[in-house]
Amino acid sequence: MAQMTGAKMVVQALKDQGVDVVFGYPGGAVLPIYDEIFQQNGIRHILVRHEQGAVHAAEGYARSTGKVGVALVTSGPGATNAVTGLTDALMDSIPIVVFTGQVPTFMIGSDAFQEADTVGITRPCTKHNWLVKETDALAHTIHEAFHVARSGRPGPVLVDIPKDVQFATGAYTTPRQMKSHYQPAVKGAIEGITDLVAAMEKAKKPVFYTGGGVINSGPAASQLLRELVEATGFPITSTLMGLGAYPASGDKWLGMLGMHGLYEANMAMHDCDLMINIGARFDDRITGRIDAFSPKSKKAHIDIDPSSINKVIQTDIPIVGDVGHVLEDILKVWKARGRKTDKEALASWWARIDGWRKVDCLSYTPSEKTIKPQYALERLEALTRDRTDRFICTEVGQHQMWAAQFMGFEEPNHWMTSGGLGTMGYGFPASIGVQLAHPEALVINVAGEASWLMNMQEMGTAVQYRLPVKQFILNNERLGMVRQWQELLHGERYSSSWSEALPDFVKLAEAFGAKGILCTDPADLDDAILEMLTHDGPVIFDCLVEKHENCFPMIPSGKAHNEMLLGAAETQGVIDAKGSVLV
Amino acid sequence: MSPLKIKKGSTSHSAYNLRPTFSDTQERHTLAVLVENEPGVLARVIGLFSGRGYNIESLTVAEVDHTGHTSRITIVTTGTPQVINQITAQLGRIVSVHEVHDLTVEGRSVERELALFKVTGRGEDRVEALRLADVFRANVVDSTLESFVFEITGTPEKIDAFADLMRPIGLVEMARTGVAALSRGAA
Repeated sequence: MAQMTGAKMVVQALKDQGVDVVFGYPGGAVLPIYDEIFQQNGIRHILVRHEQGAVHAAEGYARSTGKVGVALVTSGPGATNAVTGLTDALMDSIPIVVFTGQVPTFMIGSDAFQEADTVGITRPCTKHNWLVKETDALAHTIHEAFHVARSGRPGPVLVDIPKDVQFATGAYTTPRQMKSHYQPAVKGAIEGITDLVAAMEKAKKPVFYTGGGVINSGPAASQLLRELVEATGFPITSTLMGLGAYPASGDKWLGMLGMHGLYEANMAMHDCDLMINIGARFDDRITGRIDAFSPKSKKAHIDIDPSSINKVIQTDIPIVGDVGHVLEDILKVWKARGRKTDKEALASWWARIDGWRKVDCLSYTPSEKTIKPQYALERLEALTRDRTDRFICTEVGQHQMWAAQFMGFEEPNHWMTSGGLGTMGYGFPASIGVQLAHPEALVINVAGEASWLMNMQEMGTAVQYRLPVKQFILNNERLGMVRQWQELLHGERYSSSWSEALPDFVKLAEAFGAKGILCTDPADLDDAILEMLTHDGPVIFDCLVEKHENCFPMIPSGKAHNEMLLGAAETQGVIDAKGSVLV
Repeated sequence: MSPLKIKKGSTSHSAYNLRPTFSDTQERHTLAVLVENEPGVLARVIGLFSGRGYNIESLTVAEVDHTGHTSRITIVTTGTPQVINQITAQLGRIVSVHEVHDLTVEGRSVERELALFKVTGRGEDRVEALRLADVFRANVVDSTLESFVFEITGTPEKIDAFADLMRPIGLVEMARTGVAALSRGAA
């Protein structure tokens, strides 16, 4: 076994794991690793401007490639700044490995400079974490960390490496020599699969409800899903995290479901008689009121994580396994049994769905004077739709929901958004990670001005590495979603939901050495967007939009899927006292 | 101010406090969890219970395989059947957990707990304490002219009963180990 220092082991292990990019920020406790990075060319280090940015960038990299994202930060504040990103990756099942420096082993527990109990702090926000106290164990731990991050339900892991372990010499272990007892099952039990196929054959009002698990399972899972949908003719809806697994242009597509999902998608979920959950987790943004959630349906649930089954909604047909493997088996069994569906019933089910589609739930009042945020996204979609290399990131809030509603995703891994944790400040660093992974691609971060400001320091990163990320900011000078809830729930008392001192975004862009574009008039919008698209470099696009636009449709907290609000006229006094305690 | 169009028959309850499809009966289960004996593993298990709001009635842990570095954690918990299922599933996905067994559902099992009782007093109370200890097969492991320390082994219920009887006689301090449990039979 080759002998080398711990710091060198880190770099060697990254190379052996096929890592080409690391997002990080140096500091005292990781200097030996940075020294090794300096002395090689195989791994590119991207200097972010804040550790939270490093982790979100690694998430964007991971989500857009299907590979494991990597971040490297120092001890103490470096580690605590990474906590939000780790939690975000845990909630959305994004595979990342975060390396943290730690004070030397002999100083642990002495309240040393920049010491924090990193494994203690990050234990609940990682899938697993390790404090490595011996150099001999380091390489094995790193390989196991990658294995755990990508196996089963993916997630973030953290490896905490004290500085003396980085300096000391030990034996290197290769990935092949790594042994881990962590081997989650990927094949679903055939009994459940047969039960599901039997239910599909008889279903009169079926619906596929898919989620981020399809994306995580890999491109093959998306292909199998498409095959299954086309073969059965069942309608399909998806969560925010699952957009792109089935193409938005497909005729079986109902659009996103949930709190701000499409009317036809939510009504189909409510009225269906067979719900086939594929890699989604019955999140509260999806279910609304539990006791009124799809009351008459038989529910099947395919998930690789056994704890997702029966966590929120009782399942009739549970199937624990990887989405790709299970879909393959479902198709096999369904074909072998004669490709049966109830075509007559399906035709009348589709007729009902077409009736719901006619409601045209995304319609809004257009304006010639001000730019409606929906209009801005419709134009962005129209002008970029043909780009197959288009990646969309978002921050969190109204703009995120409008982007999910008005932009169409044809392929998996082209949509990066913070779903479970709802992290404002996610989108900009994520777009940097995506652009690093796809240097020639068109990467757009649809943002609100408030979210965007939370990690605006990453403009430095974008400019330094010449990453032509497009920051498309829907600027309503408000915390739009907070403002909307205050209007609906809190008697229009807009407590701290606007900013009185926003920067001039064009000047801000110029201050960083980037391009800024301001657009205030709907008539100028197309030209401005084209200017953004043709500029070869990072752009901040300041799109001043209608300030008081609300995001519809909306299922208010504590309401059922068939109690959607479709527009402003229906919003008065709609959320009762019990509903208002929910978020 | 147009009125809200809510369908007939709809109620307006909170989304979170109504789970009619799940049973409400509280059950007491004993779980045996085999874990990798590594730093922080107990914190992972306890953090799961506190983070997700599950109950711990008792918890014991010790290394049971010194060569394989595995420890056995025995947890007594209460909850609805759905919560108990969640607990076993959540424990099972901790990376350092090798096996989770719900001894309460997997067949008959035997449960034992050890406790130490300090009882102080003089005269007739001392005689009565010794008499009760004899009935419960508790041993005296320390004694002075004014005190005894009893050692008792049994089910938690037996130890509770012993404590109830000793309290009026002069029980001043008690230490309990929590439950250790094994399945009955060869398997």
